[in-house]
Amino acid sequence: MNNLVQNEMMKLLAKKRLIIIGLIVGILVLMFTYAQYKQVEEQREKLGTDDWRAALQQQIIDTQNRLGSNRMLDEWREQLQVSLKQQQYYLDHDINPSEPGAATFTRMFLENAIDLFIPLLIMIVASDMVSSENSQGTIKLLLTRPVERWKILLSKYVTLLLSVSIIVAVTALLSYLLSGIVFGYQGWGAPVITGFELKGADVDVSQVRLVEQWKFLLMDLGLVWLVAVVVGTLSFMLSVLVRSTPAGMGIMLAALISGAILNNMVSSWESAKYFFMVNLKLTAYISGTAPPIEGMTLLSSVITLLVWWALALIVSFTVFTRRDVY
Amino acid sequence: MKQVTLSVRDLKKRIGKREIIKGIDFELNEGEVFGFLGPNGAGKTTTIRMLVGLIKPTSGSIHICGYDVRQDFTKAMKQMGCIVENPELYPFLSGWDNLLHFARMLPDVDETRMDEVVELVGLQARIHDKVKTYSLGMRQRLGIAQAMLNSPKLLILDEPTNGLDPAGIREMRQFIRKLAEEEGMSVLVSSHLLGEIQQLCDRVAIIKGGEIIKTDTVESLLSTQERIFWRVEPIQKGAEILSSFTEITLDQKYIITAYDELKTPEWNAALNQAGVRVHEMNRKLPGLEELFLQVTGGGAGIE
Ligand SMILES: Nc1ncnc2c1ncn2[C@@H]1O[C@H](COP(=O)(O)OP(=O)(O)OP(=O)(O)O)[C@@H](O)[C@H]1O
Ligand SMILES: [Mg+2]
Repeated sequence: MNNLVQNEMMKLLAKKRLIIIGLIVGILVLMFTYAQYKQVEEQREKLGTDDWRAALQQQIIDTQNRLGSNRMLDEWREQLQVSLKQQQYYLDHDINPSEPGAATFTRMFLENAIDLFIPLLIMIVASDMVSSENSQGTIKLLLTRPVERWKILLSKYVTLLLSVSIIVAVTALLSYLLSGIVFGYQGWGAPVITGFELKGADVDVSQVRLVEQWKFLLMDLGLVWLVAVVVGTLSFMLSVLVRSTPAGMGIMLAALISGAILNNMVSSWESAKYFFMVNLKLTAYISGTAPPIEGMTLLSSVITLLVWWALALIVSFTVFTRRDVY
Repeated sequence: MKQVTLSVRDLKKRIGKREIIKGIDFELNEGEVFGFLGPNGAGKTTTIRMLVGLIKPTSGSIHICGYDVRQDFTKAMKQMGCIVENPELYPFLSGWDNLLHFARMLPDVDETRMDEVVELVGLQARIHDKVKTYSLGMRQRLGIAQAMLNSPKLLILDEPTNGLDPAGIREMRQFIRKLAEEEGMSVLVSSHLLGEIQQLCDRVAIIKGGEIIKTDTVESLLSTQERIFWRVEPIQKGAEILSSFTEITLDQKYIITAYDELKTPEWNAALNQAGVRVHEMNRKLPGLEELFLQVTGGGAGIE
């Protein structure tokens, strides 16, 4: 098995896919860093001063005043207390809340990349893993060695999991390292608000709390990895089923893009929540944005994705081990 | 008693509604070069794909060195090396890395063996170049090297001389004969090039429309078809006389009859008596080509 994975890695590296992916990520991160930098600069100009401390202090006083009034629901009071803590932290640690460090940038980048950008990168690797052997004809040599077919496919899948992990890690690392040049490498301990729960139309804020950014980032990374594995497995299945790599890529791309579109308009089509592509934005649940369809939760999305993942694996292995190769 | 390295029993393959292979039986012995001869679309490649486990037979059995290809796949494959159609290798890897790739899939193949096969096919000078820079002939060689890695008992080659120049073809032929004679390997070669099969193989199976029409040694296949070419004058009268004894065909200035050791002198005497002058009597073994065209019914026309 080890030997087989080594083989797959050798082919993957020889194709230089990972380097291309690294370059794409690098360029994109630089672009976003620049955009963010522009935004910060503009804000600074609008506010007129570098004196964000005074502004923050004013905000804190406002919040305290509102907390002091009696007409406040308990729930809202708790939430305000949480954001008060956050503001106080910024002040105490001398962090300008509108000028995030590299850690915040990385978190935001991952949260925005989870449903389209990262899946696209994964597709570059996954979608030709089997179909390229088919179209090159090398599948004939691969399958006439004294190795069972399922082992050959498993070695390819293990290689895919390795590359997915590498891609997610490299994306996080590059966005931290590159954005840090501009924003500085701080922000690991900064508090991030989480715990919003949407119950019907209401926001349940009873669970709202502050989490240190590094913990939050780890959660984000885990979710990104999960999404990447599921999308990778699905493209892997397509590459088993469809002989031509461009066709497989096209199908996957159509699915991902339709997911992005559906996300904006399916709120009334409830059963759309069983599509894998509307369940990709897992990080939205912990940062507290509303899901595209009412009733979707982190748990339901993860379960949906896992079901798709399992089906894709079963289909891939069944087809690959039984199929006639021409 | 020579060992049987490949035995095929009643092999059939149906794709959709068409029966492409309609029941094939044959056996290969140790040290034998066996030719698979048939026109385009006869089913040579389909049969070979079943032999190497790429496609499942609809019925029938295949044993390589006693191991069933379906039940004991890995054991059977350990005894076999093959090239199916073109030797497709990874173009983005070097020749050496390609060999390394396939060596890793085999038990106990080390670098010494890899060096050996590279030398065997004479690719030392270019082995570390990328395969995409190779010529077709070099790819064929690398394909052979790859098939030889596990020192197989049975080598299966689908059209091995495809794309080779005349020198390359001859070299390949000598190479295959050497493997069979010196290393006792059995080799199954498919081809529609008759000359090649004639010079290379010990036995031939002629296959058409998914069936084996004839299996025999090359010599005995040919000797049943010996003929005599007559050049006589006047040709009209000669033809008249000969046709009273036997079947004749006219080919420009020759009359062709079957060869019969006892009868030919009589025919000759009859010609002389009638005052026909015999300039030439030429005994000829037919090329496998004629035989082939004869048994496959002209060959042309893909079904
Ligand atoms: N995947 C397939 N689906 C349907 N029919 C097929 C398939 N592959 C081959 N055939 C048919 O099987 C028959 C035998 O094809 P095969 O490739 O075995 O011929 P061949 O003897 O190798 O010919 P050639 O000398 O041209 O290589 C042909 O009639 C072909 O049309
Ligand atoms: Mg063929």
